[in-house]
Amino acid sequence: MMRWLQPAHVGREIRFKLMDLGYGARLLARLLWMAGPAFRRGRLVAEQVHFLGNHSLAIIVVSGLFVGFVLGLQGYYILQRYGSSEALGLMVALSLVRELGPVVAALLFAGRAGTSLTAGIGLMKAGEQLAAMEMMAVDPVRRVLAPRFWAGVITMPLLAAVFSAVGIVGGWLVGVVLIGVDPGAFWSQMQSGVDVWADVGNGLIKSLVFGVTVTFVALLQGFECQPTPEGVSRATTRTVVMSSLAVLGLDFVLTAMMFSI
Amino acid sequence: MAQFQLPDTVMPSLQPDAFVELSGVTCGYGDRTILEDIDLVVPRGKVVALMGTSGGGKTTVLRLIGRQLMPMAGHVRLDGVDLADLDAEGLMASRRRMGMLFQFGALFTDLSVFENVAFPLREHTRLPESIIRDLVLMKLNAVGLRGARDLMPSEISGGMARRVALARAMALDPELMLYDEPFAGLDPISMGVAARLIRDLNDTMGLTSIVVSHDVEETFLIADHIVLLANGRIVAQGSPVEMRASDDPLVRQFVHARPDGPVQFHHPAVAVGQDFGVR
Repeated sequence: MMRWLQPAHVGREIRFKLMDLGYGARLLARLLWMAGPAFRRGRLVAEQVHFLGNHSLAIIVVSGLFVGFVLGLQGYYILQRYGSSEALGLMVALSLVRELGPVVAALLFAGRAGTSLTAGIGLMKAGEQLAAMEMMAVDPVRRVLAPRFWAGVITMPLLAAVFSAVGIVGGWLVGVVLIGVDPGAFWSQMQSGVDVWADVGNGLIKSLVFGVTVTFVALLQGFECQPTPEGVSRATTRTVVMSSLAVLGLDFVLTAMMFSI
Repeated sequence: MAQFQLPDTVMPSLQPDAFVELSGVTCGYGDRTILEDIDLVVPRGKVVALMGTSGGGKTTVLRLIGRQLMPMAGHVRLDGVDLADLDAEGLMASRRRMGMLFQFGALFTDLSVFENVAFPLREHTRLPESIIRDLVLMKLNAVGLRGARDLMPSEISGGMARRVALARAMALDPELMLYDEPFAGLDPISMGVAARLIRDLNDTMGLTSIVVSHDVEETFLIADHIVLLANGRIVAQGSPVEMRASDDPLVRQFVHARPDGPVQFHHPAVAVGQDFGVR
């Protein structure tokens, strides 16, 4: 029998996975619990918001613009078949605010800021900086992880909002400026069709959930990586893969809960 | 293997001046045992050197004393208190009595030299900025790097980084200093400076120091007591003079850096002829 089919091996693997899951859950609970201490030292959180947000802004803006262009173009071709091209503004805005803004911004955030967080923490571990902190009676979870975690949670909705806003501008540029859709119809349809609570609010909730997910995965991978160059590079790759899959999976669940009825 | 008669200062573990004490400690990672049934006493005010072959468990002893590792069996005591009995708060209080110099300094790469040394002060005290500044400059002055306060860790040499790390470890005036390979990779001048600093700081500040090192010459100059570890056990200990005079083959091989002796150059392998297909 192949080794991985042996009951003892399967049991051992399940036990290890459950241990990892338990460890991850406890770390997440600690980070959530540390909101107070983290915000009492707001400078540390603000530094990380600046670091994560500033470094992700360029890729968010450029991507948002191109996604908006494509939405404007595709939306116009589809809507004009039904004689509804004036609804282009509404389609672009709903697509961005409900789905593409939170999801694509989270995927980009995972690739840009998440990898940076994992590599940063992993290199601190490899360079014994976290061990040095422990020996100075300073808790690395409180001092290093918590400010980064809460900074990620704050930054994610801001980046998603920027992404959606720039995307709408992109859709307007293609739909109104290039193709010639009526600007009044473009904006008024959007204004009347987008609900602040049902659409913008749910989009905001999504991006908060994605912020928690991506930042936590990135921090966990960095904190638990093998303290070697190879270990850090593997952890960085795992951050992108795991957080991207988690974002897409959670998006389906959240969409089903928010918009199914 | 014959052991040295221990000097009176380190004989029984229950001596009142024992500051660090390991009794019957066995420790390892996973299924691998690194230390086996270790008994070690570090008297208050002394410089004790842990020496031995690579992988012999020297750094593991330091990690046990800092409770970054827990023993599988036995007890690690600091000033009579078993570290295993401490809760999180007690452990933090215990660690504030220690300073540790890591092998490559472990400086925070995103902070300047000044901020590295100020780090423990900012974390553990509410001192005004002017006092922190004075304390940091005093510590940096003690290691000869007051003028390097504004440099980043990437702008200083390995020897300087270790001196900055030493200043940082001393920032909260610890009672116990742990040095992990403080001489590794240093040029002879930096090595001499580092060795003199360790001894001087120990004596002037009334510390207790544990030095993990491979460097026989520098370590024998500054240590009061040498402990030789091999294969997870203490195989010999004594004063530097006693160690130099030892007839023990392993001690002689180590002290005189001889390639042949109880520690083999070659990892166990099949016969050379068998590997190369010759008779």
